[in-house]
Amino acid sequence: MIIEIGYVGHFLLLLGLMNCIILLSPKVLTNSNISQEILFSASKLHFPIILISFLCLITTFVGEDYSLDYVSKNSNSSLPLIYKISAAWAGHEGSMLLWCVVSSFWMFLASVYSSNLYKRLRVNFLAIMGILNLGFLLFVVATSNPFDRNMTIPLDGNDLNPLLQDFGLIVHPPMLYMGYVGLSVVFSFAVACCFEDDFKKEWAQWIRPWVLASWAFLTLGIALGSWWAYYELGWGGWWFWDPVENASFMPWLMATALLHSVIATSEKGIFKSWTILLSIFTFSLSLLGTFLVRSGILISVHSFANDPSRGVFILFMLIALIGGGLLSYALNSKKFIDDSDVRLISKEGFFLLNNILLVTATFTILLGTMYPLFLDILGLEKISVGVPYYNAVFVPLMIPLILLVGYVPILLSRTSIDSQLVQLFIIFVISIFLSFIFSVQSILFFIGIFSTVWIIANILFDFYRSSDNSVKIRRRVGMYFAHFGLAIFIIGASVSESNKIEKEFTLEIGETKKVGVFDYRFENLKEFKSTNYDAVIASIIVSKGDRFITEINPEKRLYHSSDSPMTEAGINGRLDRDLYVSLGNMVSDNKWSMRIYDKPLIRLIWIGTIFMILGAIFSIRFKQSKIYE
Amino acid sequence: MKKRSARIYYVSFLLVILGFVLYAFVKTFNENLLYYRSPTQLVNGNFPDNYVFRIGGMVEQGSLIRVSGTKKVSFNVTDFNNKVLVKYDGILPDLFREGQGVVIRGYLQNNLFVAEEVLAKHDETYMPPEVKESLGLTEDGKYKTMESITQ
Repeated sequence: MIIEIGYVGHFLLLLGLMNCIILLSPKVLTNSNISQEILFSASKLHFPIILISFLCLITTFVGEDYSLDYVSKNSNSSLPLIYKISAAWAGHEGSMLLWCVVSSFWMFLASVYSSNLYKRLRVNFLAIMGILNLGFLLFVVATSNPFDRNMTIPLDGNDLNPLLQDFGLIVHPPMLYMGYVGLSVVFSFAVACCFEDDFKKEWAQWIRPWVLASWAFLTLGIALGSWWAYYELGWGGWWFWDPVENASFMPWLMATALLHSVIATSEKGIFKSWTILLSIFTFSLSLLGTFLVRSGILISVHSFANDPSRGVFILFMLIALIGGGLLSYALNSKKFIDDSDVRLISKEGFFLLNNILLVTATFTILLGTMYPLFLDILGLEKISVGVPYYNAVFVPLMIPLILLVGYVPILLSRTSIDSQLVQLFIIFVISIFLSFIFSVQSILFFIGIFSTVWIIANILFDFYRSSDNSVKIRRRVGMYFAHFGLAIFIIGASVSESNKIEKEFTLEIGETKKVGVFDYRFENLKEFKSTNYDAVIASIIVSKGDRFITEINPEKRLYHSSDSPMTEAGINGRLDRDLYVSLGNMVSDNKWSMRIYDKPLIRLIWIGTIFMILGAIFSIRFKQSKIYE
Repeated sequence: MKKRSARIYYVSFLLVILGFVLYAFVKTFNENLLYYRSPTQLVNGNFPDNYVFRIGGMVEQGSLIRVSGTKKVSFNVTDFNNKVLVKYDGILPDLFREGQGVVIRGYLQNNLFVAEEVLAKHDETYMPPEVKESLGLTEDGKYKTMESITQ
């Protein structure tokens, strides 16, 4: 019975493929009303087809159907149910199917909410979404089909990589994909607009909620990934400038730029051409990122299992989709050029500077990520770009941007120079005071603190000033939330990086070591057996003087089926600091090597991103007015 | 005329700034490139002490020595033609074991490779492409020739 579900899923996948072809064929053949209706329905129908196919895949995982190659490679009968389900998108094939599900979902939404567009634009827009969906689905069916069968059916599966047996990894990929693929809506709309005679303000307004929603998902996805790396990899870091992280960060930076330029276009009708190009670039970068990661070209911790033979398909798909988008733009961009002047110290001028800085930052990261790849492909040299490069290039680019962010409230409220100076003075005093509290030693750190205070104080001043004008506040609240989140993030990142204490040493049971202001005593070691792993759990008692602070329980696990060890860090998380202990290995009887980290304010990094996401959500406004030619 | 010379100053000022930024950028970029070498390249090549780069290969069977009671370890990294003795004072990754592919960042000191960072990949069947190539393996992890094993 269960075995048939794999076939049903496979069949639905092929049905989805047919549906895509149907979706596109009337567009190609005729342009009659009936064919358009087919297009609209098919673009909605695609989602349930692919979703049910994906549910079938999950069912085969739950039902332990090892006749499917993908299931037998990524699951095991001893796996807890929740991980059996999430294993469906833990490997390459399943995650690509998830990508298709997400893509069909966005097409569904695009089809439902685009009825206010005039016909020709809507048809082109949905047809481009259809092409994208067809491309992704072809990729899955041709090179990465999760429903492929085993020649011989194994008795049990290989097991899911222990690192992926974690809640963070259940939610991280779907959220990230929602962000990546959400940008495909923006891309399709932009490309469709290339074939129109103009790009009107209202159109930019129409696309803005989609940009915001994708950006929010992308932010959430990246934040979850970084959070997972922090507690699961056991190194205590939250960002490694790993090629795969860069792959998600580049579209994020571009989407952030787009988020701002689209406002300028929707309010003033300027930067039309740029907004279109940026929309195309943003999604192109998410495609480039995902597929480079998935093709196994990139060497990184994320490349769990990969097969370079997919590379050729991916390369052609990227060239067709990105090239097609850029070509449409290049052939039509003349129509959208406007020569309106922009003053530098104005809202639009700030958007321009924001865009220049963000795009430059993106390209420096792109260079660091792609350059080693090119050298390798050309067979010249094997290199990698070290983390210091990114810090040295990225941070200086962000400093002016952050100062601009802080200046926005002053700009909007047209404060007089006198009160600006007073404000600046107050902010300086507070930052210097804070610098003493955090015992600042580097200029970079001071800049971090100053910019945080600068952003937050300016926002608060504006709130204070416009407290009688609730309409104004309501309009700005989304932006302020996001900018406030950025400030919180900056303070978290700079304090936790500058004032962290990281120690690696050996500790015997009963021994005490002092790290920072706390004493850590290695109390004892307990054994623990779970369904699919055995573990030793250490008890580390943290105290300050005579005062008991907390007990931390780092673990070392040994997973049965793959016989691989795994470190589970023990974290005592509080708002003001994280105490982080991770076990190394036993170096002699009762003596273990371990890492103890003390990371002040590190939680603010993720709390900041929550504010950013809320900011984006508050900024989403659905205005369903009819859009005419 | 006045307007024009003002523009020339303005543009040349911008160019100087741009040139400076570009110079700093290229310099930073070059300084942070990490080269990758196989044990054979290491033995044949000439590397200055304290120059940081990466090596990769297989951890030789039976070569891992742990200094009891400390986190110091040493082991050989081999590409089956040549091997390098690696010294590390730190916590090895979970999937580090003998017979496993590794990538190590570090520097040479008296013909000894001092590791700053040891990376073993998260998947027990996974091997970094560079390591595969150093070991003379084909893309799918099979040995190209019997020689590469027996040598």
